Amino acid sequence: MNALVARDLTWSVKERTIVDVEHLELRAGRLTGLLGPNGCGKTSLLHLLAGVRRTGAGSVRLGETDVVRLSARERARVLALVEQQAATALDLTVRQVVELGRVPHRIRVGIPERDVGGADAIARAVEATDIADLLDRTWQHLSGGERQRVHLARALAQEPQVLLLDEPTNHLDLRHQLTLLTQVRDVGITTVAALHDLDLAAAFCDDLVVMCAGRIVASGPTTEVLTSALVAEVYGVAVDVAPHPTRTGMHVRWSGVLA
Amino acid sequence: MALVVVAALALFASMAVALGIGAVRVPTADVVEVVLRRLNVGDFDVRLLDDQIVWQLRVPRGLGAAAVGAGLAICGVVLQALTRNDLADPYLLGLSSGAGVGAVTVIVLGVSFAGFVGSTAVTAAALVGSLAALLLVLVISVGRGGELPPARTVLAGVAVGQVATAYTSLIVIVDGDSHAARRVLEWTLGSVAGLRWPSALVVTVVALLGVVFFSALADHLDAFAFGETAARSLGVDVVRLRWVLLVGTAFVTAVLVAYAGAIGFVGLVVPHMVRAVVGPRHRLLLPLSALVGATLLVLADLGARTVVEGQEVPIGVVTAVIGAPFFAVLLRRSRSAT
Repeated sequence: MNALVARDLTWSVKERTIVDVEHLELRAGRLTGLLGPNGCGKTSLLHLLAGVRRTGAGSVRLGETDVVRLSARERARVLALVEQQAATALDLTVRQVVELGRVPHRIRVGIPERDVGGADAIARAVEATDIADLLDRTWQHLSGGERQRVHLARALAQEPQVLLLDEPTNHLDLRHQLTLLTQVRDVGITTVAALHDLDLAAAFCDDLVVMCAGRIVASGPTTEVLTSALVAEVYGVAVDVAPHPTRTGMHVRWSGVLA
Repeated sequence: MALVVVAALALFASMAVALGIGAVRVPTADVVEVVLRRLNVGDFDVRLLDDQIVWQLRVPRGLGAAAVGAGLAICGVVLQALTRNDLADPYLLGLSSGAGVGAVTVIVLGVSFAGFVGSTAVTAAALVGSLAALLLVLVISVGRGGELPPARTVLAGVAVGQVATAYTSLIVIVDGDSHAARRVLEWTLGSVAGLRWPSALVVTVVALLGVVFFSALADHLDAFAFGETAARSLGVDVVRLRWVLLVGTAFVTAVLVAYAGAIGFVGLVVPHMVRAVVGPRHRLLLPLSALVGATLLVLADLGARTVVEGQEVPIGVVTAVIGAPFFAVLLRRSRSAT
């Protein structure tokens, strides 16, 4: 397994810098939390990493490969993206949505390639996300939590080396948030997840990357990065960070907005 | 797969029956014999009159109708997937209006076009008109990086279509007599009555190429289910695919419109009908829509030439009359399902 290392990723629109990242490393096999206030560039950074937005500058290396230079199809075989609340109006079944994850292994203009191992990959993805009893339901009849699990299953069916998750726990109730992040962590591949809930990040993430106004202001192991000073600076909120009394990991308690 | 076979059989059956019906009735068995003999598949004793009527008149017309129906239906499927818009149909980019400009110029002003006269001139002018409309739409909507955003492309299509329609109306009102106005209206509502051998073959080849080509991109179209970013993240080169598909559907549509006018409803409704039955996956949706569209138009054409005795009803009227109630039922059902 390889770490994902990005260098000099920049993206700006009409003089306004949206992402300006000199160096970012996602450690192999770890779950990295991507933190930062609304509009700080988390989604844009994930899109740059996933190659769905290209700037021409910089590199994103996975071992020896620069994924920026791969074709769209080759890239989709190593990086999988779960967007924020991606929806469809089509009457797709859960099985069909998960099977979309095999598209990068199959598409080619003309006769589709034989997808060797596709069924196995789908079966593993279904098991890892615990959606076996949803497979014949249609997308329109799923709850928000179920939809996110199905998206995760679709991403895993791509058999990626790196998983990029954009606020996967948004709009989920607490139980679904915990279940989803547990499943992500148990998959064990190199993963980055944009998160808003600092306490969830503290509990689940091995490493943290904190962004502010398009730049990375802190990164490293969760216990080192997540301090009340940093949260005060980046979010403008007074918090207390301490080891959790009953579970492992840290616990973040807020007391109020700073003036 | 079984559904595709059933749909193909339904198409052949409806053609065999439809080709026998008309001013002169030819039994279905004789229709089949005429066709098989002409295809050198069998040696049958057929009446010369039957052979003339069936092979020279009704087969090209029926084949043309099937091809136009198939072509419109798959173009509808592709454009609905690409724009993620349920209302998308083959005329989305103003192509039918552009074709109208060419057709009206020839019909009303009596201009001979590139040495062609009569209906051939109308067809040639309509083809040039719709391709010109396409070119204009592309010039307006293409971005600096060469991308073709669907929203802007559709709006450009609306703008071009409006101008073209305005021109058409102006010419008819100012220069047309009532006979010309009637011909223009008939052309606008579509007809496959004019399809004879060489042109029926052209339409069929273009529609078949479209079916094969778009079916080869079925997986790419599936990847658009969750939008453009999702498609990219699944390995689709979105910019290039859009060009290929928009220009591809536009070309197929331009040819169909040139030969058969702007037959409404097929390209809009058939994709929805088929999707309601087999779901949204394109590997099945595309070939099945082509077959259903073909069958629908063969039957609609049968209606067009038989409903009112001694007169042709525009086929667009028939497709609307058949299609609209069906569509309404479909909408009711989908409403109760969600």
